[in-house]
Amino acid sequence: MSLDLTSNFFELFEIPVSFVIDAGLLMKRYRELQQTVHPDRFANATEQERRLSLQYATQINEALRILKDPLERARYLLQLKGVLWDDEQTTLSDPAFLMRQIELRESLEEVREKPDPLSAIGNIIDKVSVLIGDNTQVLQGLLESDNEDELIQAKNQVRKMQFLKKLMAEAESIEAAIEDDM
Amino acid sequence: MAYSDKVIDHYENPRNVGSYDKDDTTVGTGMVGAPACGDVMKLQIKVNKQGVIEDAKFKTYGCGSAIASSSLLTEWVKGKTLDEAREIKNTDIAEELELPPVKVHCSVLAEDAIKAAIEDYQGKN
Repeated sequence: MSLDLTSNFFELFEIPVSFVIDAGLLMKRYRELQQTVHPDRFANATEQERRLSLQYATQINEALRILKDPLERARYLLQLKGVLWDDEQTTLSDPAFLMRQIELRESLEEVREKPDPLSAIGNIIDKVSVLIGDNTQVLQGLLESDNEDELIQAKNQVRKMQFLKKLMAEAESIEAAIEDDM
Repeated sequence: MAYSDKVIDHYENPRNVGSYDKDDTTVGTGMVGAPACGDVMKLQIKVNKQGVIEDAKFKTYGCGSAIASSSLLTEWVKGKTLDEAREIKNTDIAEELELPPVKVHCSVLAEDAIKAAIEDYQGKN
């Protein structure tokens, strides 16, 4: 067994370097890779070999975590294309997008006062899903490019996705709380 | 992570929560968001003819530190001229609220919000 720890996650899984991935193939490759580094295979191995196999297993798990999540995958792919992430120092200032975010957060706050809170929260979740779907679609197109302008747009699109995911997580936790109260 | 007493105070009793009509020419609106945590902040200032901020309001969806940073900022800018308000640094906010390093970006967001609000006001006038 020898895995190249310097190869990127796509190469590690032997799948095309692309935002569009075959989820079935991803899981198949994951199982194959896990087999090769399984601790049972190293029961009689030297200390160093065992340590290496553990390191490979960790790398494979991390690769799967990144590759199977569209947002993480997009971030990673952009990083491979040379985009730097500086989230802590960055502020998004797209007034129209942010205004819509505030409106959606406001409607989340008001959901419990509605005559039918469960259908009201369902409506918001549907709206956010559509936004996430649209955003993913745009992102997919942009990520096929190596053109600098489009990569900057893709970066912005990934950032918007981070807001949408947060919104979705909050909406889903409110939905769960409403269901619990029923 | 433990919040400082000042953050908790602003979080539990936020000052100046609310909205102004963003189309009002005496109002400047700053909308900013932090991609790192998905927090969204709207900060509005009401400016008089002398260029002094008479009142400020905010609406923040985010963590305690983001709410406290915007709440504190609305208190600080009242009575200041636009030029004075522009001088407020995120480090002043972080220091006052004793924000830990991982929460410093919340104060950056507040600084960017006031700058955006001033810019919006000046664009209208």
